Amino acid sequence: MTDQQDHAPPTDAARPRSPRWVRWIGEHPPPGPTRRGFWRSPIRGPWLTAVFGLVLLIGITIVFVTGLLSYAAYNPDLGSNDLTPDKGLLGFYLFHWPTQPYWLYRFTQGVHVTLGLILVPVLLGKLWSVIPKLFDWPPVRSPAQFLERISLLLLVGGAVFEFVTGIVNIQYWYVFPASFYTVHLYGAWIFIAAFAAHVALKSRRMVTALRSRSFRDELHTDTAHTRPEPPDPDDLVSPNPAAPTISRRGALGLVGAGSLTVLLLTVGQSIGGALRPTALLAPRGQTLGHGPNDFQINKTAEEAAISTAETDGWQLELRGGGTSMTLTRDDLLAMPQHTAHLPIACVEGWSTRNQAWTGVQLRDLARLAGAPEPGSVLVESIQTGGLFRSATLRRNQVLDPDSLLALRVNDADLSLDHGYPARVIVPNNPGVHNTKWVGRLDFQA
Amino acid sequence: MMRRFRARYGAHPLHLLTMLASLALAGYAALKLVPANPLGIAVWFIGAAIAHDLLLLPLYSVVDSGLVHAWRRRGAPELPQAPWINYLRVPLALSAVLLLLYAPLILQFAGHRYAVTTSMSTDPYLEHWLLITAALFGLSALGYAVRLRRSRRQHARPSG
Repeated sequence: MTDQQDHAPPTDAARPRSPRWVRWIGEHPPPGPTRRGFWRSPIRGPWLTAVFGLVLLIGITIVFVTGLLSYAAYNPDLGSNDLTPDKGLLGFYLFHWPTQPYWLYRFTQGVHVTLGLILVPVLLGKLWSVIPKLFDWPPVRSPAQFLERISLLLLVGGAVFEFVTGIVNIQYWYVFPASFYTVHLYGAWIFIAAFAAHVALKSRRMVTALRSRSFRDELHTDTAHTRPEPPDPDDLVSPNPAAPTISRRGALGLVGAGSLTVLLLTVGQSIGGALRPTALLAPRGQTLGHGPNDFQINKTAEEAAISTAETDGWQLELRGGGTSMTLTRDDLLAMPQHTAHLPIACVEGWSTRNQAWTGVQLRDLARLAGAPEPGSVLVESIQTGGLFRSATLRRNQVLDPDSLLALRVNDADLSLDHGYPARVIVPNNPGVHNTKWVGRLDFQA
Repeated sequence: MMRRFRARYGAHPLHLLTMLASLALAGYAALKLVPANPLGIAVWFIGAAIAHDLLLLPLYSVVDSGLVHAWRRRGAPELPQAPWINYLRVPLALSAVLLLLYAPLILQFAGHRYAVTTSMSTDPYLEHWLLITAALFGLSALGYAVRLRRSRRQHARPSG
């Protein structure tokens, strides 16, 4: 279908009906980028575009799916967890987020962010390879082409929008036009709608282009032997090519080196441990120290406006089964203590290695509250503001034996920054749902 | 019938169905996105395309063609000289991509918020970026030196 539709006939067939001046304009592009001879790179062509396209097809699909999973990980159907409550049918796939494997969110979100970052050089290469199409002349040739150009605006605008919002969010530069969750989630659907159509219309062309040259031969062709690809129906190949200054192999190598460099300078923030300092440019590549509490802090006590004034005389309020009771930290320490080895994994893609958390199992607290089989629990922090001062956890998260109200970490009391006097830690839970400075647990049927 | 449709529309009917399905889904998502801040969203979405297609891409293209021009003006590379243009291009491009990705940290667009949120400082990032840039150009220089040496040797040897 695409082959037929992309060739010239439709426009030629439509041409006899268009007025003479329209035809004249179409045949006389103004000087500059609308003239085909303006684009002179000898390596621009369908094969190179198709290689970038294939990498993006696989990479963006993974980034999109891991993004969808991250939304599911917030359990948006519970309480006020949902930060995009008017999602409508876009939440069709949501499911009960599991607690096992405990490292799943750490993995999927690390992939989402790291892969997103390393795809940027590929995206830049792809957009470079097709830039002459932006200046197609005449700008509108047929209704089909007009629709496709609108779709391409959504594709390119959407791609840049999604990448930029994600990239600035992990660096705490909150310049979005609305909440990050709103813009990144709905922006993703606009983008993916255009992306899916683009794949549907172009995949056959991509396969044809990939088959038109041997990848191995390209990898053995140096600059001196680089020749332009044969003329193509999309007019990507320059009719007026300059002498090559880089081979196709070199261009792919440049993009690949870009992705590899970004990977090496970023991935340490998700692997952690000794590799963390290798993430020289990533937001969480710095090491805090070697003490029991010196692992990455999602949000400091200062940011949450918590000081020892708020935690002095702290008591936990426990609700459920129509009753309410309060427990001091000593009461909690006197209960059976359980240790779980779990990471902190943030939506921003960074994570820590497993930390040894010690505290009271949430299911023990549910039983104590008179709700041994709760449907959910509303966890509230003593912090007074902030998007994540409370979170609702599902039954499976309450009942997992490794789900704790942690009092200690790595054989020391929690530091204030890590949630002293008590914080929640649940396996496979996004970092912000492991509420710190917990003031109240409300178990609900 | 089919021929007439294609003549008027400009493509196969499947093209139209694909476009309509895609635009309708995008519209559905847009109805949820846009009310949050209509002007801001429009500026961001269209601005994103413009920022890349009409600013970033022309900018790096002009820089690159300036380099190529300067390189060509020095005459066709004579053996045993190896073409040096890509030994400049590659580290420059890599350094620029790193700056593009991590500009908010490197240039401290949100240094205070970063510090308050994470308990760390953005001070090291500019230093790191400069050191990485130095390493990239250094490695490139090394690669070029090796290449020059090799081509000089090849040149010295009688071909056969």
